[in-house]
Amino acid sequence: MAQVALRNIVKMFDKTPAVQGIDLDIADREFIVLVGPSGCGKSTTLRMIAGLEEATSGEIYIGDQLVNDVPPKDRDIAMVFQNYALYPHMTVYENMSFGLRLKKFPKQEIKQRVEAAAQILDITNLLDRRPKALSGGQRQRVAMGRAIVRNPKVFLFDEPLSNLDAKLRVQMRTEIKKVHQKVTTTTVYVTHDQVEAMTLADRVVVMNAGRIEQIGPPNELYHNPKTRFVAGFIGSPAMNFLPARIVNGGSNLAIRLSEKLSLPVPESRTARYKPYIDKEIVFGLRPEDIIEKRGAVPPGSAAFDVQLDVVEPMGMETMVYFIVDGIEVCGRVNPTAAKEAGENMDLVADMTHMHLIDPATDQVI
Amino acid sequence: MADAVVSDVKTPAVGRRVGRRSVSRHRSIVGFLFALPLIAVIAGLVVYPAGYAIHLATLNKSMQHFVGFDNFRFLFKRNTFWMVVEQSCLFAVTAVIFKAVVGFVVAHFVHNIPQKGQRKWRGMLLVPWVIPPAMSTLAWLWLFDPSYSAFNWVFAHLGIPQVAWLGNAYWARFCVILVNVWVGSPFFMIMYLAALKSVPEQLHEAAAIDGANWLQKIWYINLPMMRNIIQITALFSLIVTFANFDIVKILTNGGPVDQTHVFGTWAFTLAIWGNDIPLGASVSLFMAPILAVAAFFILRNVRKRGNEA
Repeated sequence: MAQVALRNIVKMFDKTPAVQGIDLDIADREFIVLVGPSGCGKSTTLRMIAGLEEATSGEIYIGDQLVNDVPPKDRDIAMVFQNYALYPHMTVYENMSFGLRLKKFPKQEIKQRVEAAAQILDITNLLDRRPKALSGGQRQRVAMGRAIVRNPKVFLFDEPLSNLDAKLRVQMRTEIKKVHQKVTTTTVYVTHDQVEAMTLADRVVVMNAGRIEQIGPPNELYHNPKTRFVAGFIGSPAMNFLPARIVNGGSNLAIRLSEKLSLPVPESRTARYKPYIDKEIVFGLRPEDIIEKRGAVPPGSAAFDVQLDVVEPMGMETMVYFIVDGIEVCGRVNPTAAKEAGENMDLVADMTHMHLIDPATDQVI
Repeated sequence: MADAVVSDVKTPAVGRRVGRRSVSRHRSIVGFLFALPLIAVIAGLVVYPAGYAIHLATLNKSMQHFVGFDNFRFLFKRNTFWMVVEQSCLFAVTAVIFKAVVGFVVAHFVHNIPQKGQRKWRGMLLVPWVIPPAMSTLAWLWLFDPSYSAFNWVFAHLGIPQVAWLGNAYWARFCVILVNVWVGSPFFMIMYLAALKSVPEQLHEAAAIDGANWLQKIWYINLPMMRNIIQITALFSLIVTFANFDIVKILTNGGPVDQTHVFGTWAFTLAIWGNDIPLGASVSLFMAPILAVAAFFILRNVRKRGNEA
């Protein structure tokens, strides 16, 4: 068990930068998720922590030790790979005990540890099988078992669930969370799935184009994204973005979205947005903050009337899409209140949850 | 790895069975007809010569009379025959072991060369295998020449006593094996390299994280993963090496005093030079049972482990 620290890590592949200066402190026993689109450098970062890639510059610490020049075998880490990387010629027991056997642990202790890990993962009855005779979920468990048995300082997960089907993925996600509650070891987990990131992490690290966009607990990233990228990446369906202009609408500020549609800025935000009056900005609002109108409009919200373009019933809620100045906007309404496509509907936008982004810097204002 | 256990899907629904059986019988007849030309070619080129060799082996020297097993009885009584059996086994087994070891080591070196330069090295390392062995053996013959050879010239300059490379029975055997290893290891190298490339890189990474050093990675990951290829390559090479003719023929011609003869060269000597074709056929037939035993032992595990990786 140990903390992990990255100091200004850079990784170049030939002349292409993959990771461009990452600073990250991971506390002991913390569950950190690196999330981002393909090619954002999250896997490369993980592989540098593992020692499978060499950092071009910067420092990596595991515990208090600088590990840049320490080979993977001496870093005392365990890794779960995307395609599990189980040794096909070994049984589950041999797979799980391989690391311990290499380290010349006494047979009795190996047996104890493997059995304990197998118990946690509920794979005791599979110990004699070869990986070929296991299902995807079982292989995933064995891969985790191989990591747990070692009792390492750090667990590394490289997109461990992306080879599983949707249902199993959800199940194994819960499983991983449970395992981490039982075996509290510092964990770095890489995924491109923001739902996985939100559900598993103590803190989420959102990466984009080799840089960290924002680090924070899942709810903070959701409610207070610092950049347009984070705002758009976290949450599903994604946040609506509309080009807009802040105008001084008498006593209060207003967001002018189109000729016809202007939404008032709640009073609490007036001071914050005053410097941006008459400037072009990007207005962001999540679909869940655009709902059907129920009676009186609550303070801080704004009612408006739109013609629905597409209506998608999801069961527990219905997605409604409408066009504002050529851009499609999504709202999430109660199925009983939803109208048909082509009809007009009264919607309410919760302006207290809005985000304004400076298009020049892509930072949230 | 992705294909789980799907092999034992049997027992179709009972009601359908009759119809399906007649369809499958029809299909197998058509399939057989399509395979017939190939079967005919194989029969003509393999079965007929093999049968003819067996027939020849039962005739007397002038090929006039049927003598049954007399040729074999005669061979069993000759010391030279047993010497050739011993030499052939020694030659084939030693050469194959060295070819496999050299091929394995070189394959690992080549595998670790960066992808860019690898093709060049692969091509160059294949050269000994691509040159017709009759020609390259001639070059080796000059290298081994007792008075003018490059080896002895170097030895003379280093003050090491000169070696009668092909004149001494043990050195001659060494030379024959050396040339065979030189010619044959590139084939092992290329087969093992292909096998090595099919070992997923992630297994090495997993092993590295599990704490394996390079030797342990080779021992616990590469060797077991390459096991089938290693066995099959060794078997094929064993067959070809056992039946080797050109290298021995050109380098030593069986000498000194028959002490480097293998089945192929001795059979040729008896049959063509000694004018006793039935006896030569008997000698060459002797390879079959020995190779069958080797094939049995080597292939025993291959099918069982066939689709493991």
